[in-house]
Amino acid sequence: MAFSKEEIYKKVQGVLEDALGVDAEEITPTATLREDLGAESIDFLDIVFRLEKAFTTDPAKPFKIPRGELFPENLPAMMADEKFVKDGKLTPTGSAELKKRMPFADFTEFDKNPSLENAQRLLNVQTIVNYIQSKLG
Amino acid sequence: MRWIWIDKFVAFHSKESAVAIKNISLAEEHLHDLYPDFPVMPNSLIIEGLAQTSGILVGEARNFSEKVILAKIGRATFHRLARPGETLVYSVKIEQLSETGASVSGEARVGLEPGAPLVAEIELMFSHIDQNLAGTEFPEHNFVFTPQFTELLKTYRLGANITL
Repeated sequence: MAFSKEEIYKKVQGVLEDALGVDAEEITPTATLREDLGAESIDFLDIVFRLEKAFTTDPAKPFKIPRGELFPENLPAMMADEKFVKDGKLTPTGSAELKKRMPFADFTEFDKNPSLENAQRLLNVQTIVNYIQSKLG
Repeated sequence: MRWIWIDKFVAFHSKESAVAIKNISLAEEHLHDLYPDFPVMPNSLIIEGLAQTSGILVGEARNFSEKVILAKIGRATFHRLARPGETLVYSVKIEQLSETGASVSGEARVGLEPGAPLVAEIELMFSHIDQNLAGTEFPEHNFVFTPQFTELLKTYRLGANITL
């Protein structure tokens, strides 16, 4: 079953409300999962399970999110590596690695200033919506 | 002494569902802690019993090789108190199982007969903590399913088709 962009957004919003206990109005496209919506590491597994359930229309063909595809793994280790991060900013190697790991995120603002803070803002509601759209495309 | 809050399994379908029971006895001290002269089974311990039933089901699905940790109580709704002399029946079902964890739904009733009074409904999430997203490392030995715990689980074989 195909979902419209609005339907995908609504479902993602519902999943985040249930998983993070936040109100619908707090969930905006640019709201970041960690800083704005208060997600902790364990919530990411919960969000993956709930998204899989929300977008499964045929139990014989369940919607699956492969490990590390939506939420990249081992990011803390990457951010602590001098090859990737120096003086609070991502190096060109770090930026390239992040783009490889998060192909669904919008890097427009990040490219203007590849700070750690901006890197953290890449994991937002729109990134999830983009990912789902690409999967259901 | 293990912190154990189920008495035995009465059904066990690997990777799918399980049913365990817990007999509530007036001799248990915790029943007297909530209200004066009105002993009840604390709801928190009903959640613990449902989590243990689920945790063993999730652990067995991977031959107890993962460290299975209760990560989140997604929902817990209580409909009725459970009292001494009653038997709590914990029925749980794996909704999703992956490399990184599992989600489980479940309910507690008093009595095994169909339509027995509903006590609680629950949604739980378990993490296989060695597979965590952040890459945090934990001690190598399995501190969840210890040899002592595995021995204890063998007693459940009488009531369930569980292979250890």
